[in-house]
Amino acid sequence: MTKARLTRLGLGVASAVLALLAAFAITSLVLIAAGDPVGEVWGQLLSWPEQRNWANIINNATVLFLSGLAVAVSFRMNLFNIGVDGQYRVAAFTAAVVAGEAWLPGYLNTALAILCAMAVGAIWAGIAGVLRATRGVSEVISTIMLNAIATSLVAYLLRKAAVREEGSNALGTKEIPEGSRIGGLPFGDFEIYGFIIMAAAFGFAFWFVLNRTRFGFDLRATGQSTTAAVASGVSVKKMTVAAMMISGAIAGLVGLPILFGDAYTYGSTFQSGLGFAGIAIALLGRNNPIGIALGALLFAYLDEQSNPLQILVGVSPDIVAITQGVIVLTVVISYELVRRYGVRLEQREVARALATPSTDQPEEVSA
Amino acid sequence: MTTSGYTESIAAAPRARRKLPRWWFAAALFGLLLGLSLLEQVTGADDLVSRGTVAATLIAVVPIMLAGLGGLWSERAGVVNIGLEGMMILGTWGAGYFGYHYGAWAGVAGAIVMGMLGGLVHAIATVVFGVDHIISGVAINIIALGAVQYLASLTFVGLPGGGQTQSPKIEDVPSINITFLGDFFGDIVDKNIFFVSQTAAVAQALVTNLSWLVVISMLLLVVTWFVLWRTSFGLRLRSCGESPSAAESLGVHVLRYKFAAVLISGGLAGLAGGFLAMVASSNYRDGQTGGRGYIGLAAMIFGNWRPGGLLAGSGLFGYSETLGLRAGGDSVHALLLAIAVLAIAAAVWQARQQQQRAAIITGVVAVALGVLYFAIDEVPSDFSTMTPYVVTLLVLAFASQRLRMPAADGQIYRKGSAG
Repeated sequence: MTKARLTRLGLGVASAVLALLAAFAITSLVLIAAGDPVGEVWGQLLSWPEQRNWANIINNATVLFLSGLAVAVSFRMNLFNIGVDGQYRVAAFTAAVVAGEAWLPGYLNTALAILCAMAVGAIWAGIAGVLRATRGVSEVISTIMLNAIATSLVAYLLRKAAVREEGSNALGTKEIPEGSRIGGLPFGDFEIYGFIIMAAAFGFAFWFVLNRTRFGFDLRATGQSTTAAVASGVSVKKMTVAAMMISGAIAGLVGLPILFGDAYTYGSTFQSGLGFAGIAIALLGRNNPIGIALGALLFAYLDEQSNPLQILVGVSPDIVAITQGVIVLTVVISYELVRRYGVRLEQREVARALATPSTDQPEEVSA
Repeated sequence: MTTSGYTESIAAAPRARRKLPRWWFAAALFGLLLGLSLLEQVTGADDLVSRGTVAATLIAVVPIMLAGLGGLWSERAGVVNIGLEGMMILGTWGAGYFGYHYGAWAGVAGAIVMGMLGGLVHAIATVVFGVDHIISGVAINIIALGAVQYLASLTFVGLPGGGQTQSPKIEDVPSINITFLGDFFGDIVDKNIFFVSQTAAVAQALVTNLSWLVVISMLLLVVTWFVLWRTSFGLRLRSCGESPSAAESLGVHVLRYKFAAVLISGGLAGLAGGFLAMVASSNYRDGQTGGRGYIGLAAMIFGNWRPGGLLAGSGLFGYSETLGLRAGGDSVHALLLAIAVLAIAAAVWQARQQQQRAAIITGVVAVALGVLYFAIDEVPSDFSTMTPYVVTLLVLAFASQRLRMPAADGQIYRKGSAG
């Protein structure tokens, strides 16, 4: 590892740590201002989770990881897919209906449902992509509108497709048959979603496609400089639609670990709001699969650890939502500050290399 | 990461358009009322222009309009504000807390102050630290939601009628009530004369139980127009959104103007949240904003970053929301017919403009809507709730070439960029 690369890695870690410390400090200030016991809150949040809690953390992290991955694809292309929320709900509903109908036996049924979910997610996001490419409509606004439309649409379709459970008001799709469920992996005395393997595979594929293929290069190039991409023969319109559709396809997976590993049905109480967490996590992980995984673990950890706050110390667990939102801001700010510092470091390095008249080659200074 | 606002001009420069006459708004209102009266006659839907509908529409329009005004202030200064939703959420809590403890007007002030706090965060992040505007806005929405839930369980639990998800009842904001005029108009409404009764219903809604906050909000729209377009302060503020480097080279404190604009934006969004808590309902409730911040933003884009258009946009969204809630399927069903007729008119117009392809598409849509009108008896409620969003998407898709946002909207400006 070269020195420049080491510095870059160090700076990257430093900025993440700086962001977390700042978020820690701001949350503490809020707690102090509200007159809540700061020490006890952090005591609970930072205590070592039990095995059962770890299983929950890993499960939630799997879901959040997929959400972060979906957002990261669009970020790499300099697009803002705010619509992961709507995309995964439309997709999870579709998967639940397809899997519930069980047209195919066993795992073929599962595979079909997953493919349908990805396709529907891709189409839903593709609407925004096409509007952007052909009509110049910002994907930010169109995906927000599509989120709201997805909410109403799914509510409507759910009422059409739902089977009402006996003695309950909850609406839900048909239960997925046993043979098509994805079994859990043993984790100590508990189980975690088997879907985690697929999530990891998608994480790897994300890295491979973006960093090791021509398509990934084109995508990143378009994100960084449209003009350069056009000059090298990339069709920006095609890339826009493609990036949104891939992002939507991954978003389509977000609800599936829950669907196939836990809920087995899509109901009116299906978890929502996972898309916005994905934005935060993609930013935190700097659009890098490993970073996103760490970010997802952190968010899942905070969520799980905050659950007993109300009972144990009498503080609303919503305090961690403040922490999570603050992390988004401090992350971006600290990355920017650290980046400026890094640029200064480099400039100094260059200046030093130029000032000492030497016979050897100038030190390599990569950006 | 940079974001380039909402629309990019793909087509060539727009044609110069004739300027609308000054009285266009009155004429549009008159035409709208006439059209709706006609529609009531034809379809038999009787709740399109009743006093209740008008009153409910006003209450639905104001929060969207205030949020849109908030968006207008900040975007005219070049800062995209997705955080409006979060600032509205903060406003609902502010109204709940201060309204309960210190009375109605304190609640209004509290809502504004809480919204401005959200604006302050957005201003610090985007103007001082140069964070991408969308990221900061998304963060504010996350923080605001968490903060308000945290604050609610901190401050409202244990109060009479209060709890984790709602505040106690807030004192009402005073309202205008001119009884004799109201009765007079009521009599006319009962006579059921075409168009006259409908006009009377509107007038009756304006003199019966009209909250002062509605009046103030409408005034704020006028004040915004005046300040932004008729004062040097407004000219400078808008110059920061059009060309910050040019503004700076002329001695305008760009960052200061942007900062002020985002603060005002937050205050207006906060007031929008306060309105929801105090006038549209009578206490703070969890999830009360229901995405109206986003709709406000959409209304502003619909209105082409202008106050008049913004009012028209929020009127459209507020009206369709009201119809969806009130008579529900019946009224929206009647509107389908109106839209179909309008679409046919648009198709004819497009055909005369030699836009054959567009005319055919619009014509097909018109026929499809007409068939739909006769095929179903009422529109399912889920579809009437998605109306505003679909309308926004369609408007953006078909009119984005005619919209012109501030030239430097969404761009990060660093002091000294003028060189």
